[in-house]
Amino acid sequence: MTAMRNRTSMPSLANHRLAIVALLLGTFPVSDGAHHAFHATTPSKDQLTVFAAASLTESFGELGRLMEQRHPGLTVRFNFAGSQQLAAQLEQGAEADVFASADDRWMKSVQEKQLLAAEPQIFARNRLVVIVPASNPARIDRLAQLSGRGIKLVLAADAVPAGRYSREVLQKLSASTGFEADYGRRVLANVVSQEENVKSVVTKVQLGEADAGMVYRSDVTPAVSRYLKVLDIPEESNVLASYPIATIRNSAQRALADGFVDLVLSAEGQSVLERHGFLGVEAKAGSPVPPKPR
Amino acid sequence: MLAGSLLVLLLGLPLAALVIRVPPATLLARLGQPEVLEALRLSLFTSACSTAAVVLLGLPVAHLLATREFRGKRLLELLIDVPMVLPPTVAGVGLLLAFGRAGLAGGVLRMFGLSLPFTTLAVIVAQLYVATPFFVSSATAGFLSVEPRYLESAATHRASPFYTFLHVTLPLSAPSLLAGAAMGWARALGEFGATITFAGNLPGRTQTMPLAVYVALQSDVDAAVTLSVLLLAVSLVILLGLRVLPGVTITRGILAFRRGR
Repeated sequence: MTAMRNRTSMPSLANHRLAIVALLLGTFPVSDGAHHAFHATTPSKDQLTVFAAASLTESFGELGRLMEQRHPGLTVRFNFAGSQQLAAQLEQGAEADVFASADDRWMKSVQEKQLLAAEPQIFARNRLVVIVPASNPARIDRLAQLSGRGIKLVLAADAVPAGRYSREVLQKLSASTGFEADYGRRVLANVVSQEENVKSVVTKVQLGEADAGMVYRSDVTPAVSRYLKVLDIPEESNVLASYPIATIRNSAQRALADGFVDLVLSAEGQSVLERHGFLGVEAKAGSPVPPKPR
Repeated sequence: MLAGSLLVLLLGLPLAALVIRVPPATLLARLGQPEVLEALRLSLFTSACSTAAVVLLGLPVAHLLATREFRGKRLLELLIDVPMVLPPTVAGVGLLLAFGRAGLAGGVLRMFGLSLPFTTLAVIVAQLYVATPFFVSSATAGFLSVEPRYLESAATHRASPFYTFLHVTLPLSAPSLLAGAAMGWARALGEFGATITFAGNLPGRTQTMPLAVYVALQSDVDAAVTLSVLLLAVSLVILLGLRVLPGVTITRGILAFRRGR
């Protein structure tokens, strides 16, 4: 979420109130990106700005550090958000060097606006899973139960790649044996919130507030896996999410930007992504599901 | 002079930019769309509920703060001020951890058959949380600005404390109360961060106007701008309506509010 509304400034705030602000800001977790953003004001060293789908948070974080090691003095800043939001920001003129989307649709949208320096390349694939809180308040252990009355399901919004993939999966499940034809419709009627990116879906389920959610397999990271139970979606009903990456045309440092894209596509980059639960580029619809991330 | 012009530009230009971009016909056409109506209705309903709740709960507390000294008063004042300085998203996380199904008070709420997250009630609670300090501060300042001699005079006429409150204190502090309610209402109407975190985002149930604007901005900028102008128009109409209420000027209330702080 980048569009945050803070209508908190009031005239003549006493000093102790300012102290609270300072305290809160101090204790509020500052992400890598924001941290680097503070240092961006110091005399400009090389800096690379990567707009990446929220599901790439962990893997690209690691690739960014790798990139920084290779190029001493370089800082890689990330803007992680729903791909639809990143595309909107790019189309509104946000400055970036690289864009990595979780689906074709938003990469195409950016491409149609003539914002890319080169043809996008697919660098990773992903599968969806259903997650439920470890406490499993709705006692869900089969996908068919998602259409039950009163289940609180959280999906990513329609515009978010993960949200669109989720709806595709529901459609495929409705058409498969063992599921009612109106399964998808009934599951969608259980949706209590349409989140702006896939990570928010994880959060709502992880906190036990939602009974179930649909996310990428790679979102079940080591940090959250103990709060979650995973229900696999059968291969034939699953989708194969494809992640394209491209350098932005207005990038002030094309060489470095291309370098990052190359790193992501390299054997080393691919192994980082696979370690984080992504499938390699060669994965086809019939390929086996990879082991769970660490 | 320069400072003034800069400020006018800073504050006025965004409004102008919004309005210029949307032809009135588009605005009217959008207003007829069910999803826009839904968000608008939800926004008006929730902000009306939360403002009513803020006044109901805030009035006695403000009176207490203005008229009594007690242990922990400073602490209470601080607690009431916190939402004003707290980033709304943080407020949302706090609300989720406190009043969520799995939150601290989740078990107690469940005994009453309540599960707040993802409900319209959660939207109202989030708005209540962020709007409270605006009303309480203003109301406290209003009560403090009532000159004691009026109260003393009422007492010498053997008016009961409740009668005095109703017929002396309340009318004299009315501008501050209304100003506080208006500011609280505006804050509730604009609430975004706490709502999307605590109540989620579902059209018709928890997707208020600010959330609708945010969501639209990601796929349809023109729709987002139209929604923004609509929200702007609604806010202005209600604020102006309050301002021209007979015998009351919000400005006076806001001035009292500032003096009191």
